[in-house]
Amino acid sequence: MKAALFDAIVAAGRRKRPVATVTDLNDGAQALVTADSVTGSLSLDAAQIAESRAMLAGEASGLLREAASPGGDGPRLFVHVYALPRRLVIVGAVHIAQALAPMARLAGYAVQIIDPRGAFATHARFPDCDLQVAWPDDVLRNSPPDSGTAIAVLTHDPKIDDPALRVACPGPAFYIGALGSRRTHAKRRERLAAEGLTAAQLDRIHAPIGLAIAARSPAEIAVSILAEITAVRRGGVPVAGPQAASATPAAAS
Amino acid sequence: MDPAPGDPIAVAARWRAAGLGVALATVVSTWGSSPRPVGSQLAVDEHGNFVGSVSGGCIEGAVVETAQRIIRQGGVELLDFGVSDDDAWAVGLACGGRVQVFVERLDS
Repeated sequence: MKAALFDAIVAAGRRKRPVATVTDLNDGAQALVTADSVTGSLSLDAAQIAESRAMLAGEASGLLREAASPGGDGPRLFVHVYALPRRLVIVGAVHIAQALAPMARLAGYAVQIIDPRGAFATHARFPDCDLQVAWPDDVLRNSPPDSGTAIAVLTHDPKIDDPALRVACPGPAFYIGALGSRRTHAKRRERLAAEGLTAAQLDRIHAPIGLAIAARSPAEIAVSILAEITAVRRGGVPVAGPQAASATPAAAS
Repeated sequence: MDPAPGDPIAVAARWRAAGLGVALATVVSTWGSSPRPVGSQLAVDEHGNFVGSVSGGCIEGAVVETAQRIIRQGGVELLDFGVSDDDAWAVGLACGGRVQVFVERLDS
């Protein structure tokens, strides 16, 4: 791989832009494809560029279909999509967050922690994290969640949790979860409904947060939350709505 | 928001900045059961240190060996591992799938 092309991949990651490389597997010639540019030593025709861009948009690496004829000796072109990491916003710089943040980073999420309480949101408690000592609604309005964002609301304090949910629920985040027992959540729904959120918007909240694995410690609860986020993202198991009454919900209060 | 720890591209960039020879190995196609999807990557330095994965650990050893040779010699190589290949079976893709791995050197 040419140094310039590699540098462009690294730079695109820093600037939060998805890119794709197209590689001729016979000789290693490569092109860098973005939504609006094509550069590099490999020349591509219009159809190949269009297919590469479709794969970039769909975040799917693989061989170009037209170049992958079975048994053919023609060039085999491989498209490698460098997608942006999914984002996890944790509201509440609490004990569970201290466990969840490193786990989520290992799973490939860029983690942001929001808490207006300066005593909680310290770099000593959250080394190497994007830490926002601010109100969650302000942060979420300035950098709105997209369909690649998960939001875990963990302060257990309506003064902080409710503003986060008010902004998150109408938005496109693929996962929204909130800490608290079923009773706590029922009261939360009433408050947020009174402020104008619709039932459909409120139904998007996974509460009690996390898969029902009888988690007790903060680290176990973090596992249950990350498992639920994974299940929703990958379509693993149906997890929407209240969980079975027989199961101990994570983090009941 | 930092990339995930152990991100092969980030580590490859660090190795290259430190003056090390680096190669990238990428899963380009799979058939049957294979533990890592297309696009999975392994970064290898000239000493054989590696981050990332192209299988569940079955073929990394063979890929790292090839990567070190490519770092020395240049060029590219398309490796084919699968049960139909006795050599590949010897390196242990025991899951019964087939996987193709493209190895390339990162120019300094």
